[in-house]
Amino acid sequence: MKQEILTVLSNDALTKSVYRMRLEGDLSSFTRPGQFCNLLVPGFYLRRPISVCDIEGDVLTLLYKVIGHGTEAMADMTPGTKLDVLCGLGNGYDTSLSGKAPLLLGGGVGIPPLYGLAKALLAEGKEVCAVLGFNTAEEIFWADEFRACGVSVTVTTADGSAGVGGFVTDAMPGSYSYFYTCGPVPMLRAVYEKTFTSGQFSFEARMGCGFGACMGCSMKTADGGYKRVCREGPIFYKEEIVWES
Amino acid sequence: MGKLNVTLCGIPLDNPVIPSSGTFGYGYEFAELYDINILGTFSFKGTTKEPRYGNPLPRIAECSAGMINAIGLQNPGIDRVIAEELPKLKKVFHKPVMANVGGFSVEEYVELCARLDQEEQVGWLEVNISCPNVKGGGRSYGMTPEGAAEVTAAVKAVTTKPCIMKLTPNVTDIVSIAKACEDAGADGVSLINTLYGMRIDLKTGRPVIANRMGGYSGPAAFPIALRMVYQVRAAVNIPIVGIGGVSSAEDVIEMMYAGATAVGVGAANCIDPWASKKIIEDLPRVMERYGIDSLENIIGGAQ
Repeated sequence: MKQEILTVLSNDALTKSVYRMRLEGDLSSFTRPGQFCNLLVPGFYLRRPISVCDIEGDVLTLLYKVIGHGTEAMADMTPGTKLDVLCGLGNGYDTSLSGKAPLLLGGGVGIPPLYGLAKALLAEGKEVCAVLGFNTAEEIFWADEFRACGVSVTVTTADGSAGVGGFVTDAMPGSYSYFYTCGPVPMLRAVYEKTFTSGQFSFEARMGCGFGACMGCSMKTADGGYKRVCREGPIFYKEEIVWES
Repeated sequence: MGKLNVTLCGIPLDNPVIPSSGTFGYGYEFAELYDINILGTFSFKGTTKEPRYGNPLPRIAECSAGMINAIGLQNPGIDRVIAEELPKLKKVFHKPVMANVGGFSVEEYVELCARLDQEEQVGWLEVNISCPNVKGGGRSYGMTPEGAAEVTAAVKAVTTKPCIMKLTPNVTDIVSIAKACEDAGADGVSLINTLYGMRIDLKTGRPVIANRMGGYSGPAAFPIALRMVYQVRAAVNIPIVGIGGVSSAEDVIEMMYAGATAVGVGAANCIDPWASKKIIEDLPRVMERYGIDSLENIIGGAQ
């Protein structure tokens, strides 16, 4: 983990509520796709944990959804704004277990970390297939970016207004070597039940610190212990997960 | 130099800054970021007899000037703390550490304190009789002078090291509880634990925290904590660890003027992992600005 001052290069709306922010600075503390950063938004006490979508050189791309006052304030930020960001947080996805044809399953604002993962898997010569789920056609974002990298993409919409009608679990291919997923908890549970291989799940949580100090985000694990979403997570192996009712 | 030194219950500290229990783990997460031996000491994560997962998620809620937590004393339990956490801590921290304990009965407090008292690196025992997030736990002892005195006397009977009783602000009269601790033999008091609070999510109309309520900490607690330290200082003669919303070197000095011998830094560590280090580094400059030669000399100066 490093504390960096990053400069906003651009901050644009992709849909009504999802924005893309590009930030420039020293990103050397990020080592794996699926890690996150924790942004200090001026005027708010706690930092905002946001997953990394992509890193190219010293440019960090974050895709975030405006859901409260903190992300509203982020949406108003203009190029040139300097932000205090804790970088290189969390464990990130392990690509070594993916096999030859991994499947990525993303829902809504859970999709962004799968993009950096897709690029890493493609660079390792894997054949990557992604099912990206949205509520409606108007909410679709970043599917073309996945395609442009060479990912075979299926889009689903809950209302059937584009792509396959239904959820990501309704459009899963018949065969895949492994899976990686990120999205809302009901989707993750469905993925857990409908996948037949091992896989890795990315979780989100309300965090106090984001680096393992406060124990605010601990999740129980199948071995009877617990892991902190911010520190030993946010990526959990399928075999570790305990679903709380 | 030497101007920052204080003595807490007979043990010298290089400076009065003590990261508070529950915001600093067992130290080694922070030791990856900076040399934690610059700290006066720190109070490690509240340790209980049995391992505890704590409360369901979510157990963090943001406030306009701070945060609410309802962790519920997550910790690996005393056996693993002694077998695993303390050896790891010893590698990165070479000063006496403050051992924070939480109990659900007087017998538990006694057992925990007696065992940690035997650990070489433990300098002080900080006895948490004030956790707002566990039912029937230490909180109930800290709610009355009688309960506080009962735990104090019991742990003092089995320990040789200084016992500092950690007090809750969620009472009618914290002064009477601090006095009861002193009368029962406590070597010090630390105050305040978090303020009982809650937030409601307007999208659902339900509490944000799964446990509904939790402990507020952060800068808005500072003036309340300061006032309580000031009142307790006027009434007792044992040292006070002043805790609550401390975020700057200025806050440390203010807390010491009110009567604190040492000063806890809590929530600030969560927002800025280097907060305690920055506060220590900033102290000499702020002391110079206000013409303070020695921190030890200003303790209780505002009385």
